[in-house]
Amino acid sequence: MNGTGRVKDMLHLYVHYVSLNVRSAMQHKASFFLQITGQLLTSCTTFLGIYFMFLRFHIVAGYTYSDVLLCFSVVLMQFSLAEMFARGFDTFSGMVRRGEFDRILVRPRGEVLQVLGSKFELTRIGRLLQAVIVFVYGVFAARVHWTALRVLTLVSMLLGGILLFSGLFLVYAAFCFFTLEGLEFMNVFTDGGREYGKYPIDVYGKRMQQFATFIIPYTLVQYYPLQILIGRSDNWVYALYPMGALVFLAACYAFWRFGVRHYTSSGS
Amino acid sequence: MIVMENICKTYRVQRRSAGIKEACRSLFCRDYEYIHALDNVSFTIHDGEMIGYMGPNGAGKSSTIKILSGILVPDSGKCEIDGLTPWKNRVAHVSRIGVVFGQRSQLWWDIPVIDSFELLRDIYAVPEKRYRENLEELTELLQLSELLKTPTRQLSLGQRMRCEIAAALVHSPSLLFLDEPTIGLDAVSKLAVRDFIRRQNSEHGTTVILTTHDMQDIAAIARRVILIGKGRILLDGTLDDIRREGGADDLEKAAAGLYRKLEIS
Amino acid sequence: MKKYMSFFRMRFQMGLQYRTAAIAGMTTQFAWGLMEIMVFRAFYAADPAAFPMTFEATASYIWLQQAFLAIFAAWLLEPEIFDCIVSGNVAYELCRPVHIYDMWFARSMASRLSRVALRCFPILFVALLLPKPYGISTPSSAAQFAVFLITLVLSFLVSVAFYMWIYVLTFYTISPMGLRIMVASVVEFLSGGGVPLPFFPEKVQRVLEFLPFASMQNVPLRVYSGSMSQMQTQQAVALQLLWLIVLVALGRTMCDRALRRVSVQGG
Repeated sequence: MNGTGRVKDMLHLYVHYVSLNVRSAMQHKASFFLQITGQLLTSCTTFLGIYFMFLRFHIVAGYTYSDVLLCFSVVLMQFSLAEMFARGFDTFSGMVRRGEFDRILVRPRGEVLQVLGSKFELTRIGRLLQAVIVFVYGVFAARVHWTALRVLTLVSMLLGGILLFSGLFLVYAAFCFFTLEGLEFMNVFTDGGREYGKYPIDVYGKRMQQFATFIIPYTLVQYYPLQILIGRSDNWVYALYPMGALVFLAACYAFWRFGVRHYTSSGS
Repeated sequence: MIVMENICKTYRVQRRSAGIKEACRSLFCRDYEYIHALDNVSFTIHDGEMIGYMGPNGAGKSSTIKILSGILVPDSGKCEIDGLTPWKNRVAHVSRIGVVFGQRSQLWWDIPVIDSFELLRDIYAVPEKRYRENLEELTELLQLSELLKTPTRQLSLGQRMRCEIAAALVHSPSLLFLDEPTIGLDAVSKLAVRDFIRRQNSEHGTTVILTTHDMQDIAAIARRVILIGKGRILLDGTLDDIRREGGADDLEKAAAGLYRKLEIS
Repeated sequence: MKKYMSFFRMRFQMGLQYRTAAIAGMTTQFAWGLMEIMVFRAFYAADPAAFPMTFEATASYIWLQQAFLAIFAAWLLEPEIFDCIVSGNVAYELCRPVHIYDMWFARSMASRLSRVALRCFPILFVALLLPKPYGISTPSSAAQFAVFLITLVLSFLVSVAFYMWIYVLTFYTISPMGLRIMVASVVEFLSGGGVPLPFFPEKVQRVLEFLPFASMQNVPLRVYSGSMSQMQTQQAVALQLLWLIVLVALGRTMCDRALRRVSVQGG
């Protein structure tokens, strides 16, 4: 099979997986909608937290309430989309524990594709919905004037963010090959990235900003492009920064491969 | 053809003991022990053979199966299946094998069985025509026509196992691994499963490797038996060899006698 | 009582076995605390006058919250209990000569305590070493520390009693997962898990102080940092006791009723 043929075939298979996931979820409609509501409520409390803080304080590190809302909602969109697609990696410990990864290894397809397909989490629409609502509210509150550059920046941020968080989920899953115990720590980067990403990263000080640029490049999908979105900068290069997440993802994938190799040599 | 030569595999496991004191102690230092799961395992299996692979719990059965199916890489030794090394040519190798894990399902729980089959068709890239033919044959032989439209969660264990076996054969593999395929099944289902496996072998020449504790399964399916204990192959012969070595006509008793005699249980 | 003790011991031992998990958990909590404090530092820089308490007290509040997280956290529920209810296996539990509510209560206490026992001291220790205003301050008097311990134990009991309600409600819901997510996030927020309660708008705060939420984690944290008057403290302890009694009494009754339903329907 040639290159495009193979990609098409993989895409076709992935869509097949997704449709089975959706149909499975629809078998329990009540549960499905309750979970969506739950997701919506969860992020509502985060929003309320920001609201309460800004009732007391009117500005933080130079950012206004609406700036923070834009930042928060974009990060939430990135995260919920990544979670929707890459949930299979987020729940990978269960898969290893139940021995289901063995099943994946005895099938003639890439492991990543199969794990991605095993779980397409449609309930994350709840979170996504909340993020979109806050975003719209933020856009009006900040009176964002839409230019081609800003639209491009937003798209680029979303794409880069999905890649970045997916990479983190991939690393999380790769750790499952080594230990099923110490995984909690990865939450700092996944859930933490979402929770603390609600404020632009320079709020946390210079050192954190450096960490979030060179170790795990959150700033590439959040702080830098955000400057364009909230009208602090016109530098179009910032709009391309989120694509740096691709490099990060490649590194995460290398680690995943390393994990798979460890798994097949330790057999547990 | 399957050739296993001097395969070795060692695991490191952690020792745990009871009591609060021990639990606290193990916070700081831990003891490990090394288990030789496979110790110089060698055998050759020809195309179309039906092998009963037996041994007590922890003897190394599942390690062998994992190596043969490309899930596990051994520490040393050679393994070739139809010219391919399973863990080196994983994708090419696994598209020719089928695996049934009796305790784990590969069917999607909430949706009709046929949907899982269609996904498998896409996973194994089975051409539509051959998929139709295989499905038709499997449906007839395993009496699946009603079951295919039913969600997996509504199937009885016996019905589900029939579907599991069919799912493992959708892509017409030339080598079939069966791990405890009749566990928990009622008498009628057991007979149906055994009957089908024999037929699959005689009509398609599928090589079958069966691991189970059920001696009836082995008697009904296997023509050759390989016995493993503490990581070593202890016997490679026929059912009669087992009866003779175990000193009993009843296979169950013979196996138990053999395990005791060889001190492997 | 003895049998509940042995349930407790079993679960507690199980919790102790996971060393790597404990180290990972500690580091996680420490990182969360650090991030939280950095957020508050930024807000403090923006407008120190708007702080409801001193920055030191805020830092102490956050570190205590992280150190004792396992005592209050809403997401630390026992998956086995949910499985047992959903699968209907709870019917087998009825065969044992124990009260299910008490058994689950002991079990929840044990798993939370074993987590805290491993994690709180290192976190507190490091937090003590951090430079002023970012670290945890020492309590001003032994008496104050004693009151802190009392309110901490009470808030632990109130939390467990509250979360027992989630298990009991699972009998009545079609989606334990949805219920868990919803209740967990709301409780977490209202008890000050996201933003500390003192930072809530005053009116909201006043309402929450009377509900069980404040009794679950806010009270001991504020007692420690000394941002409560003696009057307020007495009132808070009384409320904690009241909620504990109400939650346990109602929870036990509801649990019995749910179980009767299970045994009638046969699971």
